[in-house]
Amino acid sequence: MLMRVIFPAIVLLAALNPLVFPQWDAFLTIVFAKALPVIGIILLLQAGQVSFGHAMFFAIGAYTAGFVGRWMGGGGELVLLLLAALAISVLAGLFVGIFVVRYRYIFFAMLNLAFSMVLFSLLEKFIHITGGSDGLRIARPTLFGQEMSRANYEFGIYYVSLALLALAIFGAWRLMDSPVGHAMKAIKSNETRVEYLGISPRRTLLVVYVVSAALAGVGGALVGVFQGIATPDYAYWTRSGEFVFVAILGGAGQVLGALAGSFSFEFIRVTAAAYLGDTWQLTLGLMLLGIILFAPAGIVGSLVNVGNRWRGRRTREKPSPLGQAREAVR
Amino acid sequence: MNALLSARDIEIRFGGVVAADGVALDVFEGDNLAIIGPNGAGKTTFLNICTGYLKPQAGRVTFKGRELLGSSPRAITRLGIARAFQIPQLFAEQTVLENMLLASASRAGRLGMFTRLADISQRGDAEAILEQVGCSDVKDRVASELPEGKRKLVDIALALALKPAVLLMDEPTSGVASSEKFAIMDTLIGALRAQKVTSVFVEHDMEMVSRYANRVAVWSAGRIQKEGPPDEVLTDPEVIRTVIGS
Repeated sequence: MLMRVIFPAIVLLAALNPLVFPQWDAFLTIVFAKALPVIGIILLLQAGQVSFGHAMFFAIGAYTAGFVGRWMGGGGELVLLLLAALAISVLAGLFVGIFVVRYRYIFFAMLNLAFSMVLFSLLEKFIHITGGSDGLRIARPTLFGQEMSRANYEFGIYYVSLALLALAIFGAWRLMDSPVGHAMKAIKSNETRVEYLGISPRRTLLVVYVVSAALAGVGGALVGVFQGIATPDYAYWTRSGEFVFVAILGGAGQVLGALAGSFSFEFIRVTAAAYLGDTWQLTLGLMLLGIILFAPAGIVGSLVNVGNRWRGRRTREKPSPLGQAREAVR
Repeated sequence: MNALLSARDIEIRFGGVVAADGVALDVFEGDNLAIIGPNGAGKTTFLNICTGYLKPQAGRVTFKGRELLGSSPRAITRLGIARAFQIPQLFAEQTVLENMLLASASRAGRLGMFTRLADISQRGDAEAILEQVGCSDVKDRVASELPEGKRKLVDIALALALKPAVLLMDEPTSGVASSEKFAIMDTLIGALRAQKVTSVFVEHDMEMVSRYANRVAVWSAGRIQKEGPPDEVLTDPEVIRTVIGS
Protein backbone atom coordinates (compact mmCIF):
# COMPACT_ATOMS: atom_id res chain seq x y z
CA MET A 1 0.00 0.00 0.00
CA LEU A 2 2.62 2.50 1.12
CA MET A 3 5.05 1.75 -1.69
CA ARG A 4 2.60 0.60 -4.36
CA VAL A 5 0.05 3.42 -4.09
CA ILE A 6 1.18 6.30 -1.90
CA PHE A 7 4.77 6.45 -3.15
CA PRO A 8 3.86 6.66 -6.89
CA ALA A 9 1.14 9.17 -6.02
CA ILE A 10 3.64 11.40 -4.21
CA VAL A 11 6.12 11.17 -7.10
CA LEU A 12 3.36 12.05 -9.57
CA LEU A 13 2.20 15.02 -7.50
CA ALA A 14 5.78 16.19 -7.13
CA ALA A 15 6.30 15.88 -10.88
CA LEU A 16 3.23 18.05 -11.54
CA ASN A 17 4.05 20.58 -8.84
CA PRO A 18 6.21 22.98 -10.94
CA LEU A 19 3.21 23.53 -13.23
CA VAL A 20 1.04 24.57 -10.28
CA PHE A 21 3.24 26.02 -7.56
CA PRO A 22 6.58 26.86 -9.20
CA GLN A 23 7.46 29.03 -6.20
CA TRP A 24 7.95 25.79 -4.18
CA ASP A 25 10.52 24.35 -6.57
CA ALA A 26 13.61 25.56 -4.74
CA PHE A 27 12.29 24.42 -1.38
CA LEU A 28 11.36 20.98 -2.70
CA THR A 29 14.67 20.51 -4.53
CA ILE A 30 16.45 20.85 -1.20
CA VAL A 31 13.91 18.50 0.41
CA PHE A 32 14.56 15.83 -2.23
CA ALA A 33 18.34 16.20 -2.22
CA LYS A 34 18.58 16.09 1.58
CA ALA A 35 16.31 13.05 1.73
CA LEU A 36 19.01 11.01 -0.06
CA PRO A 37 21.48 10.83 2.86
CA VAL A 38 18.54 10.15 5.17
CA ILE A 39 17.72 7.04 3.15
CA GLY A 40 21.29 5.93 3.81
CA ILE A 41 20.82 6.51 7.55
CA ILE A 42 17.59 4.50 7.47
CA LEU A 43 19.38 1.61 5.76
CA LEU A 44 22.07 1.53 8.45
CA LEU A 45 19.39 1.75 11.15
CA GLN A 46 18.06 -1.60 9.90
CA ALA A 47 21.07 -3.14 11.61
CA GLY A 48 20.59 -0.86 14.62
CA GLN A 49 23.63 1.27 13.71
CA VAL A 50 23.50 5.06 13.82
CA SER A 51 26.12 7.10 12.00
CA PHE A 52 26.85 10.55 13.37
CA GLY A 53 29.25 11.21 10.52
CA HIS A 54 27.40 10.84 7.24
CA ALA A 55 27.78 14.54 6.55
CA MET A 56 31.34 13.66 5.50
CA PHE A 57 29.99 11.88 2.41
CA PHE A 58 27.55 14.73 1.85
CA ALA A 59 30.52 17.13 1.81
CA ILE A 60 32.61 14.77 -0.30
CA GLY A 61 29.83 14.74 -2.91
CA ALA A 62 29.49 18.54 -2.91
CA TYR A 63 33.23 19.23 -3.06
CA THR A 64 33.73 16.59 -5.75
CA ALA A 65 31.08 18.33 -7.86
CA GLY A 66 32.86 21.65 -7.27
CA PHE A 67 36.35 20.39 -8.10
CA VAL A 68 35.30 18.36 -11.13
CA GLY A 69 33.22 21.28 -12.42
CA ARG A 70 36.18 23.62 -12.05
CA TRP A 71 38.51 21.10 -13.70
CA MET A 72 36.13 20.64 -16.65
CA GLY A 73 35.90 24.41 -17.04
CA GLY A 74 32.82 26.59 -16.89
CA GLY A 75 31.07 24.39 -14.34
CA GLY A 76 31.08 21.12 -16.22
CA GLU A 77 28.13 18.90 -17.00
CA LEU A 78 25.67 18.02 -14.21
CA VAL A 79 25.43 14.33 -15.16
CA LEU A 80 29.20 13.96 -15.04
CA LEU A 81 29.41 15.88 -11.77
CA LEU A 82 26.86 13.55 -10.20
CA LEU A 83 28.64 10.47 -11.54
CA ALA A 84 31.95 11.77 -10.17
CA ALA A 85 30.34 12.48 -6.79
CA LEU A 86 28.90 8.96 -6.81
CA ALA A 87 32.25 7.36 -7.64
CA ILE A 88 34.26 9.33 -5.08
CA SER A 89 31.73 8.84 -2.30
CA VAL A 90 31.67 5.08 -3.01
CA LEU A 91 35.46 5.00 -2.69
CA ALA A 92 35.34 7.12 0.46
CA GLY A 93 32.55 4.90 1.86
CA LEU A 94 34.66 1.83 1.20
CA PHE A 95 37.70 3.35 2.88
CA VAL A 96 35.89 4.61 5.99
CA GLY A 97 33.58 1.60 6.02
CA ILE A 98 36.44 -0.89 6.35
CA PHE A 99 37.23 0.72 9.71
CA VAL A 100 33.80 1.52 11.09
CA VAL A 101 32.02 -1.79 10.34
CA ARG A 102 34.25 -3.43 12.93
CA TYR A 103 32.39 -1.49 15.63
CA ARG A 104 28.81 -1.34 16.87
CA TYR A 105 26.45 1.14 18.50
CA ILE A 106 28.10 4.07 20.30
CA PHE A 107 31.52 3.08 18.96
CA PHE A 108 30.22 2.94 15.40
CA ALA A 109 28.49 6.30 15.84
CA MET A 110 31.51 8.01 17.37
CA LEU A 111 34.06 6.63 14.91
CA ASN A 112 31.92 7.97 12.07
CA LEU A 113 31.78 11.29 13.88
CA ALA A 114 35.56 11.30 14.24
CA PHE A 115 36.15 10.64 10.54
CA SER A 116 33.71 13.37 9.57
CA MET A 117 35.32 15.93 11.88
CA VAL A 118 38.73 15.11 10.44
CA LEU A 119 37.32 15.89 7.01
CA PHE A 120 35.73 19.09 8.36
CA SER A 121 39.11 20.25 9.69
CA LEU A 122 40.87 19.41 6.43
CA LEU A 123 38.29 21.39 4.47
CA GLU A 124 38.73 24.35 6.80
CA LYS A 125 42.52 24.33 7.00
CA PHE A 126 43.55 23.67 3.40
CA ILE A 127 42.43 27.13 2.40
CA HIS A 128 44.43 27.33 -0.82
CA ILE A 129 42.68 24.20 -2.15
CA THR A 130 39.24 24.22 -0.56
CA GLY A 131 38.68 27.92 0.01
CA GLY A 132 38.59 27.35 3.77
CA SER A 133 35.50 28.43 5.63
CA ASP A 134 34.46 30.66 2.70
CA GLY A 135 33.81 27.45 0.83
CA LEU A 136 34.23 26.36 -2.76
CA ARG A 137 32.19 28.15 -5.40
CA ILE A 138 30.39 25.78 -7.76
CA ALA A 139 29.68 27.37 -11.12
CA ARG A 140 26.44 26.48 -12.84
CA PRO A 141 27.02 23.30 -14.91
CA THR A 142 25.36 22.46 -18.20
CA LEU A 143 22.43 20.05 -18.04
CA PHE A 144 22.51 17.22 -20.61
CA GLY A 145 24.91 19.40 -22.61
CA GLN A 146 22.62 22.44 -22.58
CA GLU A 147 23.67 25.86 -21.30
CA MET A 148 20.77 27.11 -19.25
CA SER A 149 19.33 30.24 -17.78
CA ARG A 150 19.07 30.25 -14.02
CA ALA A 151 15.33 29.56 -14.10
CA ASN A 152 15.60 26.65 -16.53
CA TYR A 153 18.57 25.26 -14.62
CA GLU A 154 16.61 25.20 -11.37
CA PHE A 155 13.67 23.67 -13.17
CA GLY A 156 15.99 20.97 -14.53
CA ILE A 157 17.64 20.26 -11.17
CA TYR A 158 14.22 19.92 -9.61
CA TYR A 159 13.41 17.00 -11.90
CA VAL A 160 16.87 15.48 -11.63
CA SER A 161 16.56 15.51 -7.82
CA LEU A 162 13.07 14.10 -7.93
CA ALA A 163 14.07 11.32 -10.33
CA LEU A 164 17.13 10.38 -8.25
CA LEU A 165 15.10 10.41 -5.05
CA ALA A 166 12.38 8.23 -6.55
CA LEU A 167 15.03 5.82 -7.82
CA ALA A 168 16.77 5.79 -4.43
CA ILE A 169 13.55 5.20 -2.48
CA PHE A 170 12.55 2.36 -4.77
CA GLY A 171 16.03 0.84 -4.68
CA ALA A 172 16.32 1.11 -0.89
CA TRP A 173 12.87 -0.41 -0.49
CA ARG A 174 13.96 -3.39 -2.58
CA LEU A 175 17.25 -3.58 -0.71
CA MET A 176 15.43 -3.74 2.63
CA ASP A 177 13.47 -6.76 1.42
CA SER A 178 16.49 -8.51 -0.15
CA PRO A 179 18.67 -11.11 1.58
CA VAL A 180 21.17 -8.35 2.44
CA GLY A 181 18.39 -6.20 3.92
CA HIS A 182 17.13 -9.09 6.02
CA ALA A 183 20.68 -9.89 7.09
CA MET A 184 20.89 -6.28 8.36
CA LYS A 185 17.81 -6.79 10.52
CA ALA A 186 19.25 -10.10 11.69
CA ILE A 187 22.49 -8.37 12.73
CA LYS A 188 20.41 -6.07 14.89
CA SER A 189 18.62 -8.88 16.70
CA ASN A 190 21.31 -11.59 16.92
CA GLU A 191 24.70 -11.04 15.37
CA THR A 192 26.15 -14.27 16.78
CA ARG A 193 23.54 -16.34 14.99
CA VAL A 194 24.25 -14.45 11.78
CA GLU A 195 27.83 -15.73 12.02
CA TYR A 196 26.50 -19.21 12.71
CA LEU A 197 24.50 -19.05 9.47
CA GLY A 198 27.75 -18.48 7.60
CA ILE A 199 26.97 -14.81 6.89
CA SER A 200 29.60 -12.14 7.50
CA PRO A 201 28.03 -9.27 9.48
CA ARG A 202 30.95 -7.01 8.63
CA ARG A 203 30.72 -7.61 4.90
CA THR A 204 26.96 -7.12 5.00
CA LEU A 205 27.34 -3.85 6.89
CA LEU A 206 30.12 -2.72 4.56
CA VAL A 207 27.98 -3.23 1.46
CA VAL A 208 25.13 -1.22 2.96
CA TYR A 209 27.53 1.38 4.35
CA VAL A 210 28.91 1.99 0.86
CA VAL A 211 25.37 2.32 -0.50
CA SER A 212 24.55 4.83 2.25
CA ALA A 213 27.74 6.78 1.50
CA ALA A 214 26.84 6.90 -2.19
CA LEU A 215 23.37 8.24 -1.38
CA ALA A 216 24.84 10.91 0.89
CA GLY A 217 27.43 11.83 -1.75
CA VAL A 218 24.86 12.29 -4.50
CA GLY A 219 22.63 14.27 -2.13
CA GLY A 220 25.54 16.55 -1.24
CA ALA A 221 26.43 17.08 -4.91
CA LEU A 222 22.84 18.06 -5.70
CA VAL A 223 22.67 20.56 -2.84
CA GLY A 224 26.08 21.90 -3.84
CA VAL A 225 25.28 22.50 -7.50
CA PHE A 226 21.88 23.90 -6.58
CA GLN A 227 23.20 26.38 -4.02
CA GLY A 228 26.36 27.08 -6.04
CA ILE A 229 28.67 26.55 -3.11
CA ALA A 230 30.20 23.87 -0.89
CA THR A 231 31.37 24.87 2.58
CA PRO A 232 33.08 22.92 5.39
CA ASP A 233 29.77 23.14 7.27
CA TYR A 234 28.55 20.42 4.92
CA ALA A 235 30.79 18.00 6.85
CA TYR A 236 30.10 19.41 10.33
CA TRP A 237 28.62 17.10 12.95
CA THR A 238 25.39 19.10 13.30
CA ARG A 239 24.68 18.24 9.65
CA SER A 240 25.22 14.54 10.41
CA GLY A 241 22.94 14.91 13.41
CA GLU A 242 20.35 16.54 11.20
CA PHE A 243 20.23 13.44 8.94
CA VAL A 244 19.66 11.20 11.96
CA PHE A 245 17.07 13.65 13.32
CA VAL A 246 15.22 13.63 9.99
CA ALA A 247 15.28 9.81 9.83
CA ILE A 248 13.71 9.58 13.30
CA LEU A 249 11.23 12.34 12.52
CA GLY A 250 10.08 10.65 9.32
CA GLY A 251 10.19 7.10 10.66
CA ALA A 252 13.19 4.83 10.30
CA GLY A 253 11.16 1.69 9.66
CA GLN A 254 10.06 2.79 6.20
CA VAL A 255 12.17 4.21 3.38
CA LEU A 256 9.43 6.74 2.68
CA GLY A 257 10.16 8.14 6.14
CA ALA A 258 13.19 9.84 4.58
CA LEU A 259 11.00 11.95 2.31
CA ALA A 260 8.34 12.65 4.95
CA GLY A 261 11.02 13.60 7.45
CA SER A 262 12.99 15.73 5.03
CA PHE A 263 9.85 17.60 3.97
CA SER A 264 8.69 18.19 7.54
CA PHE A 265 12.15 19.22 8.71
CA GLU A 266 12.68 21.80 5.97
CA PHE A 267 9.10 23.02 6.31
CA ILE A 268 9.44 23.58 10.05
CA ARG A 269 12.81 25.19 9.61
CA VAL A 270 11.66 27.59 6.90
CA THR A 271 8.38 28.59 8.59
CA ALA A 272 9.90 28.77 12.07
CA ALA A 273 12.76 30.89 10.74
CA ALA A 274 10.24 33.20 9.04
CA TYR A 275 7.80 33.60 11.93
CA LEU A 276 9.77 32.80 15.07
CA GLY A 277 13.12 34.29 14.15
CA ASP A 278 16.08 32.85 15.97
CA THR A 279 14.10 30.22 17.84
CA TRP A 280 13.78 27.81 14.91
CA GLN A 281 16.25 25.40 16.52
CA LEU A 282 14.15 25.40 19.68
CA THR A 283 11.09 24.61 17.57
CA LEU A 284 12.90 21.67 15.94
CA GLY A 285 14.07 20.44 19.33
CA LEU A 286 10.53 20.49 20.69
CA MET A 287 9.37 18.62 17.59
CA LEU A 288 11.98 15.91 18.16
CA LEU A 289 10.95 15.58 21.81
CA GLY A 290 7.33 15.31 20.76
CA ILE A 291 8.10 12.62 18.21
CA ILE A 292 10.17 10.54 20.63
CA LEU A 293 7.57 10.80 23.39
CA PHE A 294 4.34 10.47 21.45
CA ALA A 295 5.13 8.94 18.06
CA PRO A 296 8.32 6.91 18.41
CA ALA A 297 7.75 5.22 15.04
CA GLY A 298 8.03 8.62 13.30
CA ILE A 299 5.59 10.27 10.91
CA VAL A 300 5.31 7.45 8.38
CA GLY A 301 5.48 4.74 11.05
CA SER A 302 2.64 6.37 12.98
CA LEU A 303 0.54 6.65 9.82
CA VAL A 304 1.17 2.97 9.10
CA ASN A 305 0.08 2.15 12.67
CA VAL A 306 -3.12 4.15 12.25
CA GLY A 307 -3.76 2.37 8.94
CA ASN A 308 -3.15 -1.05 10.50
CA ARG A 309 -5.46 -0.34 13.42
CA TRP A 310 -8.10 0.90 11.04
CA ARG A 311 -7.88 -2.37 9.10
CA GLY A 312 -7.86 -4.38 12.32
CA ARG A 313 -4.27 -5.58 12.07
CA ARG A 314 -2.22 -6.07 15.20
CA THR A 315 1.22 -5.41 13.74
CA ARG A 316 2.95 -2.26 14.92
CA GLU A 317 5.85 -0.31 13.51
CA LYS A 318 9.08 -0.51 15.44
CA PRO A 319 9.99 2.61 17.37
CA SER A 320 13.15 4.43 16.36
CA PRO A 321 16.34 3.77 18.37
CA LEU A 322 15.62 6.82 20.53
CA GLY A 323 12.05 5.61 21.04
CA GLN A 324 13.44 2.23 22.06
CA ALA A 325 15.80 3.93 24.48
CA ARG A 326 12.83 5.63 26.03
CA GLU A 327 10.94 2.34 26.34
CA ALA A 328 13.97 0.81 27.99
CA VAL A 329 14.05 3.61 30.55
CA ARG A 330 10.36 3.35 31.34
CA MET B 1 36.88 -46.12 9.55
CA ASN B 2 37.92 -42.50 9.47
CA ALA B 3 36.27 -40.05 11.80
CA LEU B 4 34.33 -37.17 10.28
CA LEU B 5 34.91 -34.89 13.23
CA SER B 6 37.74 -35.65 15.54
CA ALA B 7 38.96 -33.97 18.71
CA ARG B 8 42.30 -34.81 20.35
CA ASP B 9 43.95 -33.74 23.61
CA ILE B 10 41.54 -30.85 24.17
CA GLU B 11 42.40 -28.78 27.22
CA ILE B 12 40.46 -25.75 28.35
CA ARG B 13 40.20 -24.00 31.70
CA PHE B 14 38.10 -21.09 32.87
CA GLY B 15 40.03 -19.69 35.79
CA GLY B 16 40.27 -22.61 38.16
CA VAL B 17 37.54 -24.66 36.48
CA VAL B 18 38.83 -27.40 34.23
CA ALA B 19 36.25 -28.03 31.50
CA ALA B 20 38.41 -30.30 29.40
CA ASP B 21 41.67 -31.97 30.31
CA GLY B 22 42.84 -34.18 27.48
CA VAL B 23 39.52 -34.94 25.84
CA ALA B 24 39.55 -37.16 22.76
CA LEU B 25 36.34 -37.81 20.87
CA ASP B 26 35.52 -39.06 17.37
CA VAL B 27 32.31 -38.57 15.44
CA PHE B 28 31.76 -40.95 12.55
CA GLU B 29 29.60 -40.48 9.53
CA GLY B 30 25.97 -41.36 10.25
CA ASP B 31 26.40 -41.12 14.02
CA ASN B 32 23.79 -39.86 16.40
CA LEU B 33 26.23 -39.29 19.20
CA ALA B 34 24.89 -38.23 22.59
CA ILE B 35 27.13 -36.42 25.04
CA ILE B 36 25.96 -36.80 28.62
CA GLY B 37 27.48 -35.73 31.90
CA PRO B 38 26.93 -33.75 35.07
CA ASN B 39 25.97 -30.08 34.83
CA GLY B 40 28.91 -27.80 34.19
CA ALA B 41 31.12 -30.63 32.99
CA GLY B 42 32.01 -28.87 29.75
CA LYS B 43 29.61 -30.37 27.23
CA THR B 44 28.47 -27.05 25.79
CA THR B 45 32.07 -25.85 25.88
CA PHE B 46 32.90 -28.73 23.57
CA LEU B 47 30.29 -27.53 21.06
CA ASN B 48 31.70 -24.01 21.38
CA ILE B 49 35.18 -25.32 20.60
CA CYS B 50 34.07 -27.40 17.62
CA THR B 51 32.32 -24.37 16.11
CA GLY B 52 35.17 -21.95 16.65
CA TYR B 53 33.47 -19.86 19.32
CA LEU B 54 36.08 -20.77 21.92
CA LYS B 55 39.71 -21.67 21.45
CA PRO B 56 41.10 -24.35 23.77
CA GLN B 57 44.45 -23.90 25.46
CA ALA B 58 45.67 -27.07 23.79
CA GLY B 59 44.51 -29.77 21.43
CA ARG B 60 43.33 -30.28 17.87
CA VAL B 61 39.92 -30.54 16.23
CA THR B 62 39.75 -31.79 12.66
CA PHE B 63 36.84 -32.09 10.27
CA LYS B 64 37.42 -34.41 7.29
CA GLY B 65 41.09 -34.21 8.18
CA ARG B 66 41.14 -30.41 8.14
CA GLU B 67 42.19 -28.42 11.22
CA LEU B 68 39.34 -26.33 12.61
CA LEU B 69 40.99 -24.51 15.49
CA GLY B 70 41.64 -20.89 14.65
CA SER B 71 38.73 -20.75 12.19
CA SER B 72 35.74 -18.51 12.89
CA PRO B 73 32.23 -19.84 13.53
CA ARG B 74 31.34 -18.50 10.09
CA ALA B 75 34.14 -20.34 8.31
CA ILE B 76 33.33 -23.57 10.17
CA THR B 77 29.64 -23.21 9.31
CA ARG B 78 30.63 -22.85 5.68
CA LEU B 79 32.60 -26.11 5.89
CA GLY B 80 29.39 -27.93 6.83
CA ILE B 81 29.16 -27.93 10.63
CA ALA B 82 25.92 -26.34 11.81
CA ARG B 83 24.83 -25.70 15.33
CA ALA B 84 21.55 -25.44 17.21
CA PHE B 85 21.45 -23.73 20.57
CA GLN B 86 20.17 -24.64 24.01
CA ILE B 87 18.53 -21.24 24.31
CA PRO B 88 17.00 -20.59 20.88
CA GLN B 89 18.93 -17.95 18.93
CA LEU B 90 16.47 -16.50 16.44
CA PHE B 91 16.08 -13.20 14.66
CA ALA B 92 13.34 -11.95 16.92
CA GLU B 93 11.90 -9.21 14.72
CA GLN B 94 11.53 -11.33 11.60
CA THR B 95 9.06 -14.05 10.70
CA VAL B 96 9.95 -17.71 11.03
CA LEU B 97 10.01 -18.05 7.25
CA GLU B 98 12.31 -15.03 6.90
CA ASN B 99 14.62 -16.58 9.50
CA MET B 100 14.69 -19.78 7.45
CA LEU B 101 15.11 -18.06 4.10
CA LEU B 102 18.10 -16.15 5.39
CA ALA B 103 19.75 -19.45 6.31
CA SER B 104 18.87 -20.94 2.92
CA ALA B 105 20.10 -17.87 1.06
CA SER B 106 23.37 -18.04 2.94
CA ARG B 107 23.77 -21.75 2.16
CA ALA B 108 23.12 -21.15 -1.53
CA GLY B 109 25.43 -18.13 -1.66
CA ARG B 110 22.49 -15.97 -2.68
CA LEU B 111 23.05 -12.95 -0.46
CA GLY B 112 22.22 -10.34 -3.06
CA MET B 113 20.71 -6.88 -2.87
CA PHE B 114 18.37 -7.03 -5.82
CA THR B 115 16.12 -10.07 -5.49
CA ARG B 116 13.54 -10.24 -2.74
CA LEU B 117 14.38 -12.69 0.02
CA ALA B 118 10.93 -14.24 -0.37
CA ASP B 119 11.61 -14.94 -4.06
CA ILE B 120 14.81 -16.97 -3.74
CA SER B 121 14.59 -20.38 -5.36
CA GLN B 122 15.46 -22.19 -2.11
CA ARG B 123 12.13 -21.22 -0.60
CA GLY B 124 10.68 -24.69 -1.24
CA ASP B 125 13.52 -26.34 0.71
CA ALA B 126 13.10 -23.96 3.62
CA GLU B 127 9.36 -24.63 3.80
CA ALA B 128 9.94 -28.38 3.55
CA ILE B 129 12.29 -28.28 6.54
CA LEU B 130 9.74 -26.29 8.55
CA GLU B 131 7.20 -28.96 7.65
CA GLN B 132 9.57 -31.71 8.80
CA VAL B 133 10.01 -30.18 12.23
CA GLY B 134 6.30 -29.41 12.51
CA CYS B 135 6.53 -25.63 12.33
CA SER B 136 4.69 -24.88 9.10
CA ASP B 137 1.78 -23.47 11.06
CA VAL B 138 3.89 -20.65 12.52
CA LYS B 139 5.95 -19.75 9.47
CA ASP B 140 4.39 -16.28 9.09
CA ARG B 141 4.59 -15.42 12.78
CA VAL B 142 7.28 -13.12 14.12
CA ALA B 143 9.90 -15.21 15.90
CA SER B 144 9.64 -13.34 19.20
CA GLU B 145 5.94 -14.27 19.49
CA LEU B 146 6.48 -18.04 19.39
CA PRO B 147 6.10 -20.30 22.41
CA GLU B 148 9.38 -21.71 23.72
CA GLY B 149 8.88 -25.18 22.26
CA LYS B 150 8.41 -23.82 18.75
CA ARG B 151 11.34 -21.46 19.10
CA LYS B 152 13.49 -24.43 19.93
CA LEU B 153 12.36 -26.31 16.84
CA VAL B 154 12.83 -23.31 14.58
CA ASP B 155 16.33 -22.95 16.00
CA ILE B 156 17.09 -26.52 14.88
CA ALA B 157 15.36 -25.93 11.55
CA LEU B 158 17.65 -22.94 10.94
CA ALA B 159 20.66 -25.19 11.36
CA LEU B 160 19.11 -27.84 9.09
CA ALA B 161 18.47 -25.23 6.39
CA LEU B 162 22.23 -24.92 6.09
CA LYS B 163 22.27 -28.55 4.84
CA PRO B 164 25.18 -29.42 7.10
CA ALA B 165 27.28 -32.57 7.13
CA VAL B 166 27.34 -32.45 10.92
CA LEU B 167 24.70 -30.93 13.18
CA LEU B 168 25.63 -30.09 16.77
CA MET B 169 22.63 -29.74 19.07
CA ASP B 170 22.56 -28.54 22.66
CA GLU B 171 19.68 -30.23 24.48
CA PRO B 172 17.41 -30.28 21.43
CA THR B 173 14.21 -30.92 23.37
CA SER B 174 14.71 -28.93 26.56
CA GLY B 175 11.86 -26.48 26.82
CA VAL B 176 9.63 -28.66 24.66
CA ALA B 177 6.55 -30.06 26.39
CA SER B 178 7.33 -33.61 27.55
CA SER B 179 4.23 -34.98 25.84
CA GLU B 180 5.65 -33.82 22.51
CA LYS B 181 9.30 -34.67 23.05
CA PHE B 182 9.32 -38.10 21.46
CA ALA B 183 7.18 -37.16 18.51
CA ILE B 184 9.51 -34.27 17.79
CA MET B 185 12.66 -36.34 18.18
CA ASP B 186 11.17 -39.04 15.94
CA THR B 187 10.65 -36.52 13.15
CA LEU B 188 13.97 -34.83 13.83
CA ILE B 189 15.98 -38.04 13.72
CA GLY B 190 13.99 -39.05 10.65
CA ALA B 191 14.89 -35.75 8.98
CA LEU B 192 18.55 -36.19 9.89
CA ARG B 193 18.60 -39.69 8.40
CA ALA B 194 16.79 -38.55 5.27
CA GLN B 195 19.31 -35.77 4.74
CA LYS B 196 22.23 -37.99 5.80
CA VAL B 197 23.24 -35.56 8.53
CA THR B 198 25.57 -36.78 11.22
CA SER B 199 24.53 -35.42 14.60
CA VAL B 200 25.97 -34.78 18.02
CA PHE B 201 23.63 -33.83 20.81
CA VAL B 202 24.16 -32.84 24.40
CA GLU B 203 21.36 -34.37 26.46
CA HIS B 204 20.25 -34.76 30.07
CA ASP B 205 17.24 -36.97 29.47
CA MET B 206 18.46 -40.59 29.56
CA GLU B 207 15.33 -41.89 27.92
CA MET B 208 16.08 -39.69 24.92
CA VAL B 209 19.65 -40.94 24.86
CA SER B 210 18.74 -44.62 24.97
CA ARG B 211 16.11 -44.12 22.32
CA TYR B 212 17.88 -41.94 19.76
CA ALA B 213 21.65 -42.23 20.17
CA ASN B 214 23.70 -44.95 18.53
CA ARG B 215 26.70 -43.96 20.63
CA VAL B 216 27.07 -42.23 23.96
CA ALA B 217 30.03 -40.35 25.40
CA VAL B 218 30.10 -39.55 29.10
CA TRP B 219 31.83 -36.26 29.86
CA SER B 220 32.90 -36.01 33.45
CA ALA B 221 35.60 -34.07 35.30
CA GLY B 222 37.13 -32.81 32.07
CA ARG B 223 37.50 -36.25 30.51
CA ILE B 224 35.55 -38.75 28.46
CA GLN B 225 34.78 -41.20 31.21
CA LYS B 226 33.20 -43.81 28.97
CA GLU B 227 32.11 -44.15 25.39
CA GLY B 228 30.10 -46.79 23.54
CA PRO B 229 26.61 -47.98 22.58
CA PRO B 230 23.81 -46.72 24.88
CA ASP B 231 22.81 -50.07 26.40
CA GLU B 232 26.41 -50.67 27.43
CA VAL B 233 27.22 -47.17 28.69
CA LEU B 234 23.97 -46.43 30.49
CA THR B 235 24.18 -49.65 32.51
CA ASP B 236 27.78 -49.09 33.57
CA PRO B 237 27.83 -48.81 37.38
CA GLU B 238 30.29 -45.95 37.44
CA VAL B 239 28.31 -43.97 34.87
CA ILE B 240 25.17 -44.55 36.88
CA ARG B 241 26.93 -43.19 39.94
CA THR B 242 28.40 -40.04 38.34
CA VAL B 243 25.66 -39.09 35.93
CA ILE B 244 22.41 -40.90 36.16
CA GLY B 245 22.08 -41.71 39.81
CA SER B 246 22.71 -38.20 40.99
